[in-house]
Order: sequence, then C-alpha cells, then structure tokens
Amino acid sequence: MTDTTANAVHFEADPHRHEAHHDADHKPGFFVRWFMSTNHKDIGTLYLIFAVTAGIIGGAISGLMRAELAEPGIQYLGAWANSLHAMLGMPAATIDEAHHMWNVLVSAHGLIMVFFMVMPAMIGGFGNWFVPIMIGAPDMAFPRMNNISFWLLPPAFILLLGSSFVPGGTGLGAGVGWTVYAPLSTIGSPGPSVDMAIFALHLAGASSILGAINFITTIFNMRAPGMTLHKMPLFVWSILVTAFLLLLALPVLAGAITMLLTDRNFGTHFFDAAGGGDPILYQHLFWFFGHPEVYIMILPGFGMISQVIATFSRKPVFGYLGMAYAMVAIGVIGFIVWAHHMFTVGMDVNTKMYFTAATMVIAVPTGIKIFSWIATMWGGSLTFQTPMLWALGFIFMFTVGGVTGVVLANAGVDTVMHDTYYVVAHFHYVLSLGAVFSLFAGWYYWFGKMWGKSYNELLGQLHFWTFFIGVNVLFFPMHFLGMDGMQRRVPDYADAYAGWNWVATYGYILMAVGMAFFFLNVFWSLIAGRKAPDNPWGEGATTLEWTLSSPPPYHQFETLPKVD
Amino acid sequence: MKTLTKLIAIAAALGLAPAAALATAAAPAPTAAAPAPAAGEEAAANVAAPAAPAVPRTAPTPGVGQPDGRYGLQDQVSPIGHEAAWFHNIILVPLITIISLFVLALLAWVILRYRRAANPTPSRNTHNTTLEVLWTLVPVLILVVIAVPSIRLLAHQYSPPAADLTVKAIGNQWYWEYEYPDHGVSLVSNMIPDDQVAALGEPRQLAVDERMVVPVGATVKVIVTSNDVVHAWGVPAFWAKIDAVPGRLNETWFRADRPGVYYGVCYELCGARHGYMPIAVEVVSRERFAAWVASKGGTMPGARPAVAPAAAPPTVAASEGTAATPAPSNTVAAVEAPATTNQSAPSN
Repeated sequence: MTDTTANAVHFEADPHRHEAHHDADHKPGFFVRWFMSTNHKDIGTLYLIFAVTAGIIGGAISGLMRAELAEPGIQYLGAWANSLHAMLGMPAATIDEAHHMWNVLVSAHGLIMVFFMVMPAMIGGFGNWFVPIMIGAPDMAFPRMNNISFWLLPPAFILLLGSSFVPGGTGLGAGVGWTVYAPLSTIGSPGPSVDMAIFALHLAGASSILGAINFITTIFNMRAPGMTLHKMPLFVWSILVTAFLLLLALPVLAGAITMLLTDRNFGTHFFDAAGGGDPILYQHLFWFFGHPEVYIMILPGFGMISQVIATFSRKPVFGYLGMAYAMVAIGVIGFIVWAHHMFTVGMDVNTKMYFTAATMVIAVPTGIKIFSWIATMWGGSLTFQTPMLWALGFIFMFTVGGVTGVVLANAGVDTVMHDTYYVVAHFHYVLSLGAVFSLFAGWYYWFGKMWGKSYNELLGQLHFWTFFIGVNVLFFPMHFLGMDGMQRRVPDYADAYAGWNWVATYGYILMAVGMAFFFLNVFWSLIAGRKAPDNPWGEGATTLEWTLSSPPPYHQFETLPKVD
Repeated sequence: MKTLTKLIAIAAALGLAPAAALATAAAPAPTAAAPAPAAGEEAAANVAAPAAPAVPRTAPTPGVGQPDGRYGLQDQVSPIGHEAAWFHNIILVPLITIISLFVLALLAWVILRYRRAANPTPSRNTHNTTLEVLWTLVPVLILVVIAVPSIRLLAHQYSPPAADLTVKAIGNQWYWEYEYPDHGVSLVSNMIPDDQVAALGEPRQLAVDERMVVPVGATVKVIVTSNDVVHAWGVPAFWAKIDAVPGRLNETWFRADRPGVYYGVCYELCGARHGYMPIAVEVVSRERFAAWVASKGGTMPGARPAVAPAAAPPTVAASEGTAATPAPSNTVAAVEAPATTNQSAPSN
C-alpha cells in the first residue's frame, strides 16, 4: 500500500486533532479512518463489508453450479470456459478444460465461503464489533494489529480469485477442492494457480492468527472491573474459544500447505510416495486443522444465538456455565476427531473405532447447548422479531445437521456415505443453515446498533421465510442423492439423480429470492430506515452494547463501566 | 478322466479344506464337490473350451446396483451391506428422526406456550440440575446404544472370510485398471461415452467398456491403489469404498450374493474427469466367470500348475467341477494359490 503517503496524512492530521480528543465521536478523515483504521468498530465494519462481498461472489459461484447441475449432461460449462478463454485471448476451451473449470468452481466456492465469508463475518466482523463493547473495553488490545489482520484479507482474496485466471493443470484455475489434497495439488496441478491459492490461504491464515492473538489478549486483559470470566456474555466466551482453536489449528494448516509448496516447487517429497513421502500425511495435517476449523465457523454462531435467544425470551441464558463449558468441551474434543474425515483412506480398524467413538462424543456438549437454548425459552416471554426467527431456525436446522453428523460418525456407515452428497447435505445443514442462520440472526440483532438505522421488519421476515424454505428445498434432497450413491464434485451425473437435483436447483432459486429481500432490506434501511433506539429489544437485552447509543460513540467506555 | 479326478482331490485337500474351516458357509463344499465332475463336465467344456469366445454382457436390472432416484440406500447385495443397511435403516434413521422431531416439538411448544401473549411475565429460572444431568446422560446412553452395532459392523468389515478371488483395482486419471493376479487377466476399464451408451441399454455416466467380472457368492478381495493422484473405488450396492492412494495398497472386500451388474464411481476428487471414471462390477455364475476368464486369455488358477497345455480341456472342466458346487469360497482355492494374497488377514 501507499504507506508513506498515508503516514504523512496521519502525522499532518494528528496535531489538529489532539485538541479534539475529549470528543469521543471525533472521526478521522475518510482515508485515515477506513484504510489506516485502529478502531475496532470500523475494522468490524470493514470485515462485514468484505464478508458480504465475498459472500456474493461465493454465492454466485454456487448459483453457477446449481444451474449446471439442474439437469443431467453438460449444459453451460463449455460456454463458461469458452468465455473465460476468450476474455484472456486464449483458444476455445477443450472439454477437459471445461471439466476442470467445474473443479475450480467447487474449490472456489468452498474456500471463499469458509475463509472469506463465514470467518471474516463472525470473528472479524461481529467479534470485532462487539467483543470489546461486551466486556466494557474501549477497543481491542492491539488496534494496529487488528488493522493488519483485516488488510491481509483483501490481498489473500485477490490471490485466490486471480488463481482462476492462470494455468492450474488441465485448465485455468486451482481445481483441487478446498481440501487441496496431494498429490492432485502437487504433481496433478502444474502451473502457478495452486501456488497462488496456497499463498491466499497463507495470508488468510496469518490474518486469522493475528486476530486470534488479539482477541485472546483483549478478553483476558481488558475486561471492565467486575466483568469476571464467568460473567462474560456467551458471545465473548464463544469468540475466546474460537480464538484458541484458530491459534492452535491454523499453524498446522500453514505448515501443511508450505510443505505442499515445497513439494510443488523445490523438489521435496513430503507427500510423494515415490520419494518416501505419504499423501495421507497431508490429509492428517489438513484435517487436524480442518476439523477445528468447522467449529471455528460455528462456535461464534452458538454465541450469537445464545444472546439472541436470551434477549427475545426476556430471560437470562439457562445453564450459563454449562453453556460456556460446553463450548470449551466442543473446542477440546474438536482437536481429537479429525480422522473421521478420512475413514476411507485405509485406516486401521482400531483407529476407526476410536475416531467413531470420539466423534459421537461431540453430540453430548452439542446436545447440552440445544436443550439449554430451549430451556432458556421455557418460561420466557417470547417475541418473534427477525433475529429470533433466525435463531429458532438455527436450533432446528442445526439439530438436523447434527444428527446426520452422528450417522456419518459411524465409520462403518461412512463407508457408503463418504464423499457422497449425503456429506454435502450434512455440512450445508450445519454451515449454510447453521453458521449462516446465526450470521443473519446477528446481523438483524445488531443492525440498528451498528448502523444507527432500524432494519425493515417485514423485509426481514420475508427474507427469513424464503431463505428458510429455499435452503431446505435446496439441501434436504441431497441426503437422498447421497444415500443413492451420488458422488461429490461432479458436473454431470447418472440420469437417476436428475429428479432431486432439479428440486435442489429450484431451492437455490428460492434462496436467491430470499437474498434479494436481504439486500433490499439493507439498502432500504440504510437509506430510509428509522433511527435506531439505543435498545430496541427491551428488558431482555442486558449486555453492555445496549447501554450505548446506536451507533455507539467512536470511542466508547473511556471511563470503564463497572459490572456487578 | 484320471487326471481330472486327481485334480479334484488335490483341490479339495488343499483348497477347500482351509476354506471350509474358515468360512462356515463353505462347510458342505467337499461332499458336494465329489459328484460334480460327471454332471458339470460337458456343459463346462462347451462354454469355455473352444478357444474362449467372448462372453455376452449381462444386462443391468433397473433399480438394482444402480441409482434410481429413491429416498434411501441402494439395495444391498453383500453381507456387510445387509448388516450396515439394517443398522442405518432400522437403528439410525428412526433414532435421528425421533430426536429431530422431539426438538421440533419442544420448539413448537415453547413458541406456543411461552409467546408473549400467552406468558407476559417471564420466569427467572436459569438452573435445574436434574434436567441438566438428564440431558447430558440420556444422549450418552443413546450414543452407547448406537456404538454397539456400529463397532460390531466395523469389526465385521475388518474380518473378511478367506478370499476366493483377488482383484487389483488401479486408479488412473481417468479410468480404472483391473488385474486378476491369480488368473493372468488384466483390463482397462473406460467409461462408455454418452452417445453410445443408450444403444447398450446401460445407464449413462455409469457404464464402462470392460467390467470387473466376479463370480457370485465368492469373497472378493479388492486391492486398490493408484498410479497418479488419490482416487476412491466405491460400489454402493456392496457397501464398499476405499481410497486409491499412490504408493499404498489398500484393501477392501465384498461378497455379492446375487448375479447382476453393480455400478460405482470414483469417489475422490481426482482432476478434470473425476466424474467420468465409473466402475461396473458384473457378478456372474461360476461357469460364466470361468468362461469370461478364458475369453480374456486367462486361466483359472486351479489348473495351471498341474497340467501341460495339451491337457487344457480337462483343466477347464476341473475348475468347473468345483465351481458347480453350491458352496461359495471354493472356486479358486487351488493348488498353487499364493497364500499371501488369498488367505492373509486383513490389514489396513
């Protein structure tokens, strides 16, 4: 970036602004505010804008995939590959290059949604916005590190998107899946594309590690007087556990993909059997990161759902300590179940038995959370504004995704389910209907608080119902496809799968209509929304952000609040 | 005829006896084997002897061994498949349905009973130790109930009966190769293109030119590996799936109890044509299998070492004789069958 110029602006601006420091709401100029930000709320906003942008791209890619999958046979892939080639001045795409493009779409959808949509929105976005406020802190512990955490993401995203336009083996782009398994990602994908994708993951990983350090330090050191660990809101607990998972898991991914890089470019053989390496080693390293990663994507969601359920039940969370330590337990167990993603690699039977048993154990703390949410509502005085609808939808859909997880946990059953659409259905139920539902719950819950304008309730409810029906029509039939044997990551399929694929594509259309309501709501509310009150939710909203104005002052809690 | 009888005796002594000891299903085999040659000889010689003509392909049965757009698992044709499908359909699916409906019912109840209009004053109740212990322990018990058949299924998957036949499946970008080390047969199996598949009456995207052919009722050990990237060899109707990893020999097994054509696909992302390297396993009678082996230029393993090329017809008849027995697990349990491939305990 243009560091020198930016610094000059900063220093120039500084003396003028010294006087104004008593004014908590004095904001720096546009460039300094948004490109050199050290304010947790502004950085949170940047993260949210980034996540929405990435979500649009990742969602559009899934639209392309559903269009192609609507009917058996190849309908559009050739034309898309041709237009990409034409754009780059290349000859028309061969059929293999078109098929390769499918793998690029699959990989991009997964990587974008995981690393550039869900994680930035939950941790960078809502975490940045509300963790300091909820613990009564003026900002994050390392505001400037917070800034670089965010600014590592755009170059990472550009690298990932850019990788689609350079050779990656059979065709353009990295067609290796979000798992980047060797040797497909090493000898199977010559060309710079996979290297670019790996660099993208390195940058995104570094961004998350820095963020995790920041959150842990903030939560341990900057709580307001009286805010003990056992008084922290559950959302803060969820971010704390998530930050530890990030800190422990991401370095393993970084190591694994660095080994991929050296295998690709410097003649090492970590994952090459011909040189004494082992392709399965990569899978172990990847999933040692990858399984905690799925909890990284859902734990902050658990936290947000707890806040929303308590608020709209007008009751404190039931079994607070159980809820907090259930998250800790999920985080800990999350590190010792990774190989259930690899049941068909040719594992020892005892290893399979262990990973089966350990995986099923996760159902226990998860069950505690589900039942505690219901018990929170039990005896409450419930109202059903948009955030609450998303939270209720979350509880049921996450249960459905959870129980299919128990099915898959059985290594013997996984034999036939592995790498089928059943798995696709399962993880979309816990992510697209779990994590994403919690993101929308948080979005509507804090919309007025963040932007100072109230969202439109009617559009919010329309968004919920169309999206809810849409994603269920989209993903539920995938269970049937998987049980019938349909494999993942293919652009064409046996004709018998046509019916459910057709249904799923119509579900996608309904979901897209829901997203139209979402964007309509955002623009309508930001432009013409009523001014948001400090606390629109009433007596159930007890956390510190509701004691502040909407939006909160540029610097809050210059005098620390006291929590009793 | 003398040679033939001798062969049968050797086969029974060396091949069938261990098989019978290991697999209970094979118990009646030795007795059944004895009268077989007289009856089976003529037919067998007719099928296989005259310079091994091509064996006609079995036509697939709709809804068997291939997807048909149903709500559930494909019909299972192997013992592991029967056990696993029972576990899935009878234990797991009802259980998860009940749990999901239970949560849904609780949600419906709190939504109706505790909506603001019905319950304007919220309680402050945030603890109930009994309840919390209960909803920790009951899921644990449910999981234990699931774990018992689950672990048993795993144990059964990893305790195959002695193999009757070994096939090596090798993944390549983007086709499968099959080798029958004991028969001297090897095949390259490619998907049949869309424009030719309709004429054959086979499902698009699943049909292959060279099928992997195995005898019905035989325990087939599949050794799976890869020449390039990771693939996965899987046939849903057999409840079999194992990754093909370069540099590793993975192993799985199945025993198809019905003849037919069973389709599978590559289940691990392996590059551009990942969706275009299907698997087709044709399960045929023992006679037909022997004929197929001969048509591919191979020999049934029982015959090879004992006879000179001149004695070929009796050889075929000999293996036919054993093949005609009702019991499984005997066809290839033969004189010089390499013990390491046929009888070894499962590893990996």
